[in-house]
Amino acid sequence: MISFLSVSIIQATVAIATPLFIGALGGLFNERVGIVNVGLDGIMLSGAFAAAITSYYTQSAWIGVLAALMVGALLGLLHAAICVGLKADHVVSGVAINILASSLTVFLLQLLFNNKGQSPSAPKIGQISNAGSIPILGPIINNMSYLTIIGLLLILLSHFFLYHTKMGLRLRSVGENPYAAQSLGIPVRKYMYLSVIVGCALAGLAGSFLSIGILNVFTKDMTAGRGYIALAAMIFGRWTPFGSLGASVFFGYVLAWQMNAQGLTIPAQIVEIIPYLATLLVLAFVAKRARGPAHDGKTFAPGEH
Amino acid sequence: MVHKEALVISGLKKYFGHVKANDGIDLVVRTGTIHAIVGENGAGKSTLMNSLFGLHQPDSGEIYLWGEKVLFSSPLQALAHGIGMVHQHFMLVEALSVLENIILGAEPGKGILLNYKNSRKTVEEICHKYGLELDLDALVENVPVGIQQRIEIVKVLYRGARLIILDEPTAVLIPQEIDRMFEILREFKRDGCTVIFITHKLHEVMALADDVTVIRDGRTVGHWPISQVNEKILARQMVGREVVLDLVKEETKPSELILQVQGLQTEQVNGDQSAEDLSFNIRAGEILGIVGVAGNGQDALIEGILGLRKVEKGEILYLGEAINGVNTSHLRQKGISCISADRLKTGLVREFSVRENAILGYQKSKEFVSKLLFHKKKINHYAQQIIKEFQIKTPSLDALITQLSGGNQQKLIIGRELHANPKLIIAVQPTRGVDIGAIEFIYQVLLECRRKNAAILLISNELEEVLSLSDRVAVLYQGRFMGSNAPNRLTKESIGLMMAGVRTEGEGEPV
Repeated sequence: MISFLSVSIIQATVAIATPLFIGALGGLFNERVGIVNVGLDGIMLSGAFAAAITSYYTQSAWIGVLAALMVGALLGLLHAAICVGLKADHVVSGVAINILASSLTVFLLQLLFNNKGQSPSAPKIGQISNAGSIPILGPIINNMSYLTIIGLLLILLSHFFLYHTKMGLRLRSVGENPYAAQSLGIPVRKYMYLSVIVGCALAGLAGSFLSIGILNVFTKDMTAGRGYIALAAMIFGRWTPFGSLGASVFFGYVLAWQMNAQGLTIPAQIVEIIPYLATLLVLAFVAKRARGPAHDGKTFAPGEH
Repeated sequence: MVHKEALVISGLKKYFGHVKANDGIDLVVRTGTIHAIVGENGAGKSTLMNSLFGLHQPDSGEIYLWGEKVLFSSPLQALAHGIGMVHQHFMLVEALSVLENIILGAEPGKGILLNYKNSRKTVEEICHKYGLELDLDALVENVPVGIQQRIEIVKVLYRGARLIILDEPTAVLIPQEIDRMFEILREFKRDGCTVIFITHKLHEVMALADDVTVIRDGRTVGHWPISQVNEKILARQMVGREVVLDLVKEETKPSELILQVQGLQTEQVNGDQSAEDLSFNIRAGEILGIVGVAGNGQDALIEGILGLRKVEKGEILYLGEAINGVNTSHLRQKGISCISADRLKTGLVREFSVRENAILGYQKSKEFVSKLLFHKKKINHYAQQIIKEFQIKTPSLDALITQLSGGNQQKLIIGRELHANPKLIIAVQPTRGVDIGAIEFIYQVLLECRRKNAAILLISNELEEVLSLSDRVAVLYQGRFMGSNAPNRLTKESIGLMMAGVRTEGEGEPV
């Protein structure tokens, strides 16, 4: 029997949605300053790797999380330097980061552990326990990862930052019309660099959830395109924190349902298609109306404007 | 005590690579006056103002603001010193509200939080004082251009500017709005503000300014109190020679119908104004001028005729034959040509040479192709001919099109488009951003085509241009014609009203 709503589906939805909405939030901080980042998937992968091996060597999951943030921030610095500093094409830089991440993680696995497939198991991030007795919410938040809670707080914080602070207004103006922002004395490049670095650090954080949040190992190419789904969630969520959260939960639910449905007589491959098909359909119908920051993906080059 | 000179600039130079954008600018602006800076496109006016505003740094020269030597490394410093600038291309964030645009970068209050309530109060006070009405909650993208200009001005006032620079502020305004704007600027003057007004429209200088400085080829040519000059003197100083803009427009007898448009309705594209039930005729030997504030359906009209935008309703007859849905290259072969509004976007290919651009759109013509390959000799001969006939200055046929000045690029497009003796010419802003010499030339070429019995659809934001060239003028507003008449039966005021969407009495015959 296919069940559409059960505690296990809800828990799976939350677990799957967590890296998506943290990743989508990361993408949002890139695109809100006008930098397209298709390298999100690669940055998540690097974050997952950094978290797993740091956690393995230090035997502390939280130091692993910190490492994921730092690796993400470093890749963000690289992406910003290429797109803002060198004024190169954003997509080319993003694709390069994906290829770099995919091959470098495998190379380092081989170098460190003599294994191309996966890392040794490492301590994982803690989760809420003994909450089962709380009525209604109890079964759902029981076993919820601390990282999910942090992620939800980050969504709230980002919303507040973007819409209720001076810096948030300025940041949004940079992605919409950097020339206007510059003419008002806003340090456009600084905003671009910082926001991309923060966004990519968040993508790294999202990656850490994949390796030491759900599992306790890093496996080769373990993001399996989740970076792209996170980007899709960001678009579906109209470049807003709450929208991204909602879209991620939707995608998470579809993926969770699909895993539940794998026991059926329908060929597994068909069932596996469903989340991606849902993503495509949603984008085809929603993305037409969704409009991102006006200067998204363009090069900021004052003087040549 | 307030210093007598608000701004003194001496020997300012700014080079971009080999281009000498500013090559020795001197400027003295008296406090509490309106000072006009005139010069042709590319004379270096905008570069000068960007240096002053801290958007880039001059290579040499000195700037004194109220007696104090300054050099700004960012607009923030310029703003802090009381300089405000209204840019030629508005610096607005479309997705934000009017209020957000005004306070952006100078949000009130100390902490890190946005305080909309306080901001609103301050902004409303300013609007009230100068009688500038604004809907502060509207998104800028939904606001007409005339109002966007107003937002820019309030932005400057909100920052407490004492020296206000306006770069070509009247380009997007209708005559009534221009008058209103002049009043506001005089009001600033009464309040003790100093205004710098950059323009290439000389009658505006005469109407508004106290002093004028003329810039040519990046250098200051001279400066005068307004009482010592007139438009003729200024034009001569600007161009460096005598200019004759008196056009010889012969009487023609419009003959056969070339284009008939009946109830044209185009598809809505990305929020752009569509054509709404447009009907008009153009006969051979006639120029139909269309004016309107940019964004009132001009693009829809042009693209509808050229088969670039889907026509939902209505009929387009060219030489009596329906051309709805006929593809563009086919139309060109049939003798419709187009001088497009934005030469580097739709008229030319930036990356191509002069030679390649000269045959663009005719690259399949038998004239240039033998079997599969280009007939190089013929193409060269043809390109040389255009260059000679249209007096285009280019280093060679192989030079990149971007190496040519705007005027020369425009002349190449015109040469190309007129080469095949078209029966219908759609000329959109044919003189945008070209120097007076080229304007003179382009006008003569268009009138020559009219004499040779071509039908011309002239669409332009330059009211003067349309009035002096056209046989009939129609005013476009929100995709509809507000009225039409012969230019001598229209006043600037009546056109202005129609451009603003007000139907005047006796709006004349159908288009």
